[in-house]
Amino acid sequence: MKSKWLAGALTLMLAGGVASAQGATITIACGAVGQELQLCKQETEAWAKKTGNTVKVLETPQLTNNRLALYQQNLSAGNSDIDIYQIDVIHPGILGSFFIDLRPLIPAADISVQNQGIIANNTYDGKLIAMPWFTDGGVLYYRTDLLKKYGFKEPPTTWAQMFLMAKVIQAGERKANPNFYGFVYQGNAYEGLTCDALEWIASYGGGTIVDDKGNVTINNPKAIEALNFIAQNSKQVSPPGVTTYDEEAARGVFQSGNAAFMRNWPYAYSLGESAGSAVKGKLAVAPLPHGPGGQSVGTLGGWQLAVSKFSKHQKEAADLVAYLSSEAVQKQRAIEGSFQPTIPALYKDPEVLKAVPFFKDISGRVPVARPSTVTGAKYNQVSTAFWNAVHSVLTGQMDGKAALSGLATQLNQIKGPGW
Amino acid sequence: MANMPVTPRQKSFSLAQNRARTAWLLLLPTLIVILLVAAYPLYRTLYYSFTNASFLQPGQEHGVGFANYIYLFRDPTWWLSFKNTIIFTVATVILEFILGLIIALVINSNFQGRGLMRAAILVPWAIPTVVSSQMWKWMYNDVFGVVNDLMLRVHLIHAPIAWIGNAHTTLGAIIAVDIWKTTPFVALLLLAGLQTIPSDIYEAAKVDGASVLRQFWQLTLPLLRPAILVTLIFRTLDALRVFDVIYVMTGSNLATISLSVYNQQQLISFAALGYGSAISVMIFLVIGVFTVIYITSLRVRFD
Repeated sequence: MKSKWLAGALTLMLAGGVASAQGATITIACGAVGQELQLCKQETEAWAKKTGNTVKVLETPQLTNNRLALYQQNLSAGNSDIDIYQIDVIHPGILGSFFIDLRPLIPAADISVQNQGIIANNTYDGKLIAMPWFTDGGVLYYRTDLLKKYGFKEPPTTWAQMFLMAKVIQAGERKANPNFYGFVYQGNAYEGLTCDALEWIASYGGGTIVDDKGNVTINNPKAIEALNFIAQNSKQVSPPGVTTYDEEAARGVFQSGNAAFMRNWPYAYSLGESAGSAVKGKLAVAPLPHGPGGQSVGTLGGWQLAVSKFSKHQKEAADLVAYLSSEAVQKQRAIEGSFQPTIPALYKDPEVLKAVPFFKDISGRVPVARPSTVTGAKYNQVSTAFWNAVHSVLTGQMDGKAALSGLATQLNQIKGPGW
Repeated sequence: MANMPVTPRQKSFSLAQNRARTAWLLLLPTLIVILLVAAYPLYRTLYYSFTNASFLQPGQEHGVGFANYIYLFRDPTWWLSFKNTIIFTVATVILEFILGLIIALVINSNFQGRGLMRAAILVPWAIPTVVSSQMWKWMYNDVFGVVNDLMLRVHLIHAPIAWIGNAHTTLGAIIAVDIWKTTPFVALLLLAGLQTIPSDIYEAAKVDGASVLRQFWQLTLPLLRPAILVTLIFRTLDALRVFDVIYVMTGSNLATISLSVYNQQQLISFAALGYGSAISVMIFLVIGVFTVIYITSLRVRFD
């Protein structure tokens, strides 16, 4: 009896061993904002079918800084359960040492078609540690029907214009809908606020918190002016709870027809145009407004795919990364989910432009990058200090001047003798 | 002959020795477990708190003396989280104790449906904190939240308030959630204490003509003292370590950051194993101080 049991167990174990020898099981940590997770599952499933491997999709937190915390824990513990990490454009400097060089494993042609600026961003210590998957830039969503209704012909180009329009539209729409607001954005104290506030400040000509040489530049009159102006105006046209909003919360308000303007990433476009959206056919996208004498900018975002050096199936994982970042998959993602491709050629693709017309206008724009390269592993501390300072201005605890001078002191302390 | 008197002495000595040995043997598993799960981690934390260790560069740390502790004493965020934690602790412990005592007295008295009532009050405590915090986060929402809706309907407020988006109301809103959640637990502990008080002393008091209020002050409260002490110590130490309710509702927002949330931010988000460990040690000391104050000022006896 006992020996039969043992034999049975052994057979099972052997069978399992054989099954796993036929194909590797790859675990990928995917984002879960908007349609991300669903698309990730579809695409990895297609690869699994093609190659005979198995893919497990791990759902990760919505906020990028929480995701980074999760990644850091797994990687510093040497966990081999996750093979592929979807990492933010700001992560290579922090996590670079935990990923393998993809150059030997991915065809050179696949790398050379990519945006070389992002390839440079993803290069750590001379190694290509991640393949670009999609890029991102902050944009302004607006309601075409409401602009027309209130007599505005063009979308706003300056923040002052935008807030003026937002006030007029809000006052008018409130008569029928008490929950209507002029402008929604990402005001919670998290990485998203760093992106939004960087756009405000850079579009006023107030620099990028820390400059390319590593000097703390945030405490300047233009940055203070930008912060004070946005904070004062947003009090009048944004929901009081905007200081707790992330991307999805802002999209929820805009997509249900309760806001005139929204700052968000391109992913919100195809969701806004999808069936069941209250603003379907009524929204358009424009470059973000700018301050007096400044230039319109959008913060560079975007996600990359990296293979963990602790992975037991690095070859298969690299193959999946090559597949996901390929032109065909990126094209499909652009059409289905309005994810911005990292392959420049796709911005001329007629099918892509038909699905997401505004890609034509933003292909040539130079986005503003967060100071993640120069601050390296300390970027997260820099960003946390920055978003906390901005948040204290938005919630009215401090004015821009006090917040930014305090921030400059704090950043120099974090910097120490050098980044 | 000369050896005769020695033998019984030797015997009794070895008996005592045996007993001591047995005692040690019985204590040994406990001691080993404590060493492994408490003393060793504590030692490691203490060790790392004197280094510049980082999770991003494992094994490359070196000693920095008291630098982390000096930095901590000048760190405004540490003091801010210290202040928030103390406010949170004092407010929640006092209010939970008062409300919990009232509830315990009510459900200790005889009325119909008492069993159902006792079970029902435990519901908030039975829901996992992460779930109930998320639920409250939605209830507090300024656009679709039920709290604003109710208060608008009864004209308590004129415009919706972003309870956890506004620096003046956030900490209060979170304290309210903790009170909602933990009062049942306090009530339960106090109820257990109330049930050990024999009912005949109340009858005797009634015969002697003592008013209900006097019965409460002179009988109930003194006899409830042991249960009250346990409850207060339990709640205070728990409140000082508060993490989940704050982390879910407002993350590491400075308006509500607590010692544990700040510790998590340094250790996990910034991978600062060295500085994070120094914060851990300080939290340990803060809790230690509170424990000592409780035990000495209230003269708790451990026997």
